Amino acid sequence: MAKPIRLIALLLGCLLVALLANITVIQVVLAGDYRDRPGNQRVLLEEYDRQRGPILVGAEPVARSVETGNALRYLRTYPDGPLYAPITGFYSIVYGATGLERQENRVLTGKSDLFFVDRTEQLFAGRQPRGGAVTTTIDADAQAAAFDGLKGKVGAVVAIEPATGRILASVQSPSFDPNLLSSHDTAEIRATYEALKADPAKPLLNRPIVALNPPGSTFKLVTTAAALASGRFTADTVIPGPATYRLPNSTKEIRNWNRQPCGPDGEVTLAQALAVSCNTAFAWLGTQIGADALRAQAQAFGFDTAFELPLKAATSDFPTDPDPAQTAMSAIGQFDVRATALQMAMVAAAVGNNGVVMRPYLVQEVRGPDLAILKTTSPDVFAEAMNSLDAAALTEMMVDAVENGTGTNARIPGVRVAGKTGTAQTGNERPSIAWFVAFAPAQSPQVAVAVVVEESGAEEISGNGLAAPIARSVMRAVLG
Amino acid sequence: MLLLVGAWVIGVFGTIQVGWASGEGMPPRLWITVAVVGVLAVAMHVTVRLRAHYADPILLPVTTLLTILGLVMIYRIDVAAAQRAARNSVPPPTPDVYAQLTWFAIAVVLFVSVVILLRDHRKLQRYTYTCGLAGLILLVLPLAPVIGTTVNGATLWVRVGDLSFQPAEVAKLLLTVFFAGYLVVKRDSLALVRTKVLFIGLPRLKDLGPILVAWVVSLGVLVFERDLGTSLLFFGLFVTMLYIATQRRSWLLLGSLLFAVGAVGAYLAFGHVRSRVTVWLDPWQYADTSGYQIVQSLFGLANGGMLGAGLGQGFPSFVPFANTDFIVAALGEELGLTGLFAVLLLYAIIVERGLRTAVSVRDGFGQLLAAGLSITLALQVFVIIGGVTRLIPLTGLTTPFLSYGGSSLIANWVLIALLLRISDRARRPDVQAVATQDALTQVVRR
Repeated sequence: MAKPIRLIALLLGCLLVALLANITVIQVVLAGDYRDRPGNQRVLLEEYDRQRGPILVGAEPVARSVETGNALRYLRTYPDGPLYAPITGFYSIVYGATGLERQENRVLTGKSDLFFVDRTEQLFAGRQPRGGAVTTTIDADAQAAAFDGLKGKVGAVVAIEPATGRILASVQSPSFDPNLLSSHDTAEIRATYEALKADPAKPLLNRPIVALNPPGSTFKLVTTAAALASGRFTADTVIPGPATYRLPNSTKEIRNWNRQPCGPDGEVTLAQALAVSCNTAFAWLGTQIGADALRAQAQAFGFDTAFELPLKAATSDFPTDPDPAQTAMSAIGQFDVRATALQMAMVAAAVGNNGVVMRPYLVQEVRGPDLAILKTTSPDVFAEAMNSLDAAALTEMMVDAVENGTGTNARIPGVRVAGKTGTAQTGNERPSIAWFVAFAPAQSPQVAVAVVVEESGAEEISGNGLAAPIARSVMRAVLG
Repeated sequence: MLLLVGAWVIGVFGTIQVGWASGEGMPPRLWITVAVVGVLAVAMHVTVRLRAHYADPILLPVTTLLTILGLVMIYRIDVAAAQRAARNSVPPPTPDVYAQLTWFAIAVVLFVSVVILLRDHRKLQRYTYTCGLAGLILLVLPLAPVIGTTVNGATLWVRVGDLSFQPAEVAKLLLTVFFAGYLVVKRDSLALVRTKVLFIGLPRLKDLGPILVAWVVSLGVLVFERDLGTSLLFFGLFVTMLYIATQRRSWLLLGSLLFAVGAVGAYLAFGHVRSRVTVWLDPWQYADTSGYQIVQSLFGLANGGMLGAGLGQGFPSFVPFANTDFIVAALGEELGLTGLFAVLLLYAIIVERGLRTAVSVRDGFGQLLAAGLSITLALQVFVIIGGVTRLIPLTGLTTPFLSYGGSSLIANWVLIALLLRISDRARRPDVQAVATQDALTQVVRR
């Protein structure tokens, strides 16, 4: 009976090989996939067992792990929770992580390939691996100024360093306290999360980079840039600016905010039109330039691109294939034009930076547990949206808008500020969103800022009244 | 002896590592525990040396190592369960490791008794039909009123007072003895080919009976006790033993065919079989319900990776039934691919030694019995580990020697005792082999 036993042994050997192969596939090949699957509490729990690296603003941690002495050894705390919530996000045992906590997770846990040397060392030294630190580009003063300015309002602020694309401030209101979502008390976490989710003001939405709004008159900067680029218009070109303008092939009329013509005889220069934010002039200008040129200009500024800061920003939109009437509306930032605060800050920054759009970024450096710098983000050109002559001309027009036009609340004594107001309506007739974009100093700007304030109460919606003062205080905070 | 000491040392270090890494400090009663395990191991060793001098020297230490690994892992899971209870502020559950240790002691007593009392395995052949009957009765015992108990949907427990056991584990041994005794007598008539159907030689219908009975019985177990694993085990065991006895591959073909028919039929007829298969095909879809166990098992294995999280540093308590059916998942998490490979190779060594014994023993009954016992062990390991690692649909079986559970531990240790007894005969110098009368009455095929 030896022969059949040998055959059976062979068959059993095959079964053994099948088991071994299958286990290898699970534990080696597919292990990474399994670890990343949602619902894998092991990975989270294991992360709580080691000291997660801090998120820094300057040298100050805005998110750090402290020892608890409990079963979950480390607690994630946020010293200025709501202030930095749109940047840090939260780190929840129930809902996972958001913000930089999520995007830089591998660095913070110390599992990034950057830490290869450290990890090898830890392996042999038998020490618990520690996470690396993420240093942000945020300017603490600008962030605080924006946060104070938005207090009690619904809106967002983004400030950028024009020459580099570093994000200096990213603030939202209302915000939330990530401490409450990152505690070890699952009941508290759930209750907080459900309450935040039910809040109509959407505190969990990362407004500065994700909320899309019609940019209204601030989009006139894009229209002007396209007009200058066409070669057919200069700052001094006289264009029609009547009290009302009938949209092409339509019975609908648009009018200026004060129902008056923008200049004597219903005609204005392009510069004047921008300074007083003349709707009829820009609607007409839109039909002259055409949707394709407008879209190309918008895309050069960053519309239709999904930026990763590494936080994932929403894509700002210029409508595809609008008819002439829709093109005219789009030229004044209405119809289906949608932009994030980040996008409009990028437009202002580009104008100030000789027309060069820098790719925005939020992470300055990654440091190892021993604080040695492992990676530094270097500035990267996204596109050249305007030539430097056009950019200089547009800058002068924006300075005029602040000094003599609609944006007077952004004036800073002794500093030339370039800015543009905007109001936009979503749906109903009344304007519901106030914008202000600006940069300063006009000649070599250190900061560009976009402020968006949504209607939340009975106050008058106006870019100059609501948004410009916030922009001013942020710029002053950066300029010192 | 050296290997045994090695196994014991591994166990001691493992236990200390669990206590240290899980932050619980030195396990209480550590030294008593390891001393007890040491004494038990030495007792078995001495018995085997004295009463089965020529027995395979590898089997005992390898099996002891597996049992000790099981004890360490059960202790580890106890610790995890206690920690979890502390976190949720509920009283800690009773640790299982001391119960398992007690079972181990009982298993050792039985092991020693078998080695001492059963001087020659061929004596068992006299009890062929007794064993068969007893096995069948044990198999259907859980269905009996009053004492039969259904746990987690499967009726495979018998409960008397506070004691409960799984008769299928013992039935496994008895039926192997029965198959061996029955087949060694009937193999010649079974090997006769009378009719050919589709190129497959079939024996006479009269001789076809037993395989059909086995098929029906295993299906019956499946239907009435909802125990997929056991029915799979019995059927596989019987078919392979039939093949070994007759040397006719047609039995393998016929067996596979009947298996396929049974499997498809069971799938169509029974909801619990169907749900096992659906979960097997796509556990992620049922990750929070019926697939929770297997998904957690896979997560655990993935967490283990190549080298494992380290004893005491994983989260084995996330997998329900971590210390019984899913102990391999816990092992894989904490000891990694390396640890699992080692465990599987330990099983492979046992099976290989068993089959080697089967080839070298001279009497047909011994050959069949040794082969059958080895195959039982191999199939059981494959079915449960394959299930836990999603190679095949999950079926409830214990992992021999590792799992928490008295019936399984005792039955498998008796299995090893029988294998040792047969191997003692197989390796004994020829002079003594022919001395007994039984050997002469057997037609020995080589």
